Amino acid sequence: MVMRKPDKWMIFRRQLEKEMTIIGLESVGIVALLSVFMGAVMCLQTAHQISGWIPVYTIGFTVRQTMILEFSPTLIPVILAGKVGSNIASQLGTMRVTEQIDALEIMGVNSAGLLVLPKIIAGFICIPALVVMSMGLGLASGAGIALLTGVSSMADFEYGLQVDFVSYDVVYALIKTTVFALIMTSVSAYHGYYTSGGALEVAKSSTKAVVYSVVIIMLTNLVLTKLLLT
Amino acid sequence: MIELKNISKSFGKHNVINNVSAIFEKGKVNFIIGRSGSGKSVLTKCTVGLLEPDEGHVFYDGRDFTAMNRRQRKEIRKEIGMLFQGGALFDSMTVEENIKFPLKMFSDMDDEAMSSRVADCLTRVELEGHGDKYPGELSGGMQKRVGIARAISMNPKYLFCDEPNSGLDPQTAIVIDNLIVDITREYGMTTVVVSHDMNSVIEASDTIHFIHEGEIAFKGDNAEMMVSDSETLNDFIYASKLMRKLRDKAK
Ligand SMILES: Nc1ncnc2c1ncn2[C@@H]1O[C@H](COP(=O)(O)OP(=O)(O)OP(=O)(O)O)[C@@H](O)[C@H]1O
Ligand SMILES: [Mg+2]
Repeated sequence: MVMRKPDKWMIFRRQLEKEMTIIGLESVGIVALLSVFMGAVMCLQTAHQISGWIPVYTIGFTVRQTMILEFSPTLIPVILAGKVGSNIASQLGTMRVTEQIDALEIMGVNSAGLLVLPKIIAGFICIPALVVMSMGLGLASGAGIALLTGVSSMADFEYGLQVDFVSYDVVYALIKTTVFALIMTSVSAYHGYYTSGGALEVAKSSTKAVVYSVVIIMLTNLVLTKLLLT
Repeated sequence: MIELKNISKSFGKHNVINNVSAIFEKGKVNFIIGRSGSGKSVLTKCTVGLLEPDEGHVFYDGRDFTAMNRRQRKEIRKEIGMLFQGGALFDSMTVEENIKFPLKMFSDMDDEAMSSRVADCLTRVELEGHGDKYPGELSGGMQKRVGIARAISMNPKYLFCDEPNSGLDPQTAIVIDNLIVDITREYGMTTVVVSHDMNSVIEASDTIHFIHEGEIAFKGDNAEMMVSDSETLNDFIYASKLMRKLRDKAK
């Protein structure tokens, strides 16, 4: 009895490490790419919009607000729903239709605990971390492009980044992201885990996982924004 | 011994299993036979608790499995080995890890004991040296054999095999049949084999339950089956010309 606990824990830990690699590490590239471009585009867009009487520091300010308040915390989870959510659903769906989940159950293993829980924990840890990274990269790339194209001086950009900054915004963003991460992993896991049929149904589950995750994230975003910003 | 008492199971309006009672004896290879879609897999899944029967009870050596909660069932599940119709190997693990998995989960063996146990199981199914491969790299027959190796790794008291040799060549099919018979005798297991392969039935069965349209249409052994006058059973057994010829010769 005492001997087998560590082994079980080892199996669980290995699952968790695997999921953190898939959900976290393997998403770093896409998140970085999107954030860098989004920061740069936001910077150029704002520079293009402002004229004459609007101060130049608005550029830094707008990049900061967009990245921190909406792009990183909301759109990154939405994009990850397409990548990670479909992966979760199709993996669990395949295990279901090829009876691998039944095989676990027959051994007396709690299949949801072994397969679903590590994914949810991994999402809970990795997605907020990716979002923080996204914020940083977005701001840095905004500053970079501003200097490169000369639309704003570094001093103006920096001033924009700092003006009226409330650290609650970051807390707010991370609360949102954490909720979205939980929604995305659990909705996708649900659709995968309860697949029945064959390969066709696995494909359907994977589509459903993405669509439902995105819709629920968007609805929740509306509610949370109302709740947390008032 | 496993006893089924008045098991019924429907999916929506479709009544798949209808009031089935049966006894699967210890140390014997008990066959469930019947046409494709007759409900063999559903009955097996009701027996092991992967599906909940709508009515009826399943007893494992007198223990009422149906009435148990999840935690109580776990104790019995550790005594069950199952070979699934499609193998159901964990495709993210190697052959060795697949067989080791139940040991890691439930035994208190140390690493060395586990490895030697895995090697034993692989030898039994004649797959020495394939431990490092992934299921995707194996042929269908090899996957089935790994499935058996995993099912017997915990020395189960009860062994379920759903179509152990469908899709295998006749020679490999015989190897698997013999293996199932041998381990059943050796360890005194209660073995339940689902099959529609008449060769296996004749070669390996101790008792036979024939399911037709969700009901048990015949119970008995080989000899009784051959001379049964049940029409549905005869249609099933003598579906092939060869079998009919053999019967006519025997007469
Ligand atoms: N989960 C399910 N939901 C609805 N119907 C099901 C389900 N599982 C099985 N059935 C139905 O139950 C019937 C019996 O299926 P089962 O898989 O038991 O057949 P079988 O005798 O094992 O056939 P085969 O020899 O082809 O494996 C089929 O008509 C099938 O459509
Ligand atoms: Mg079947």
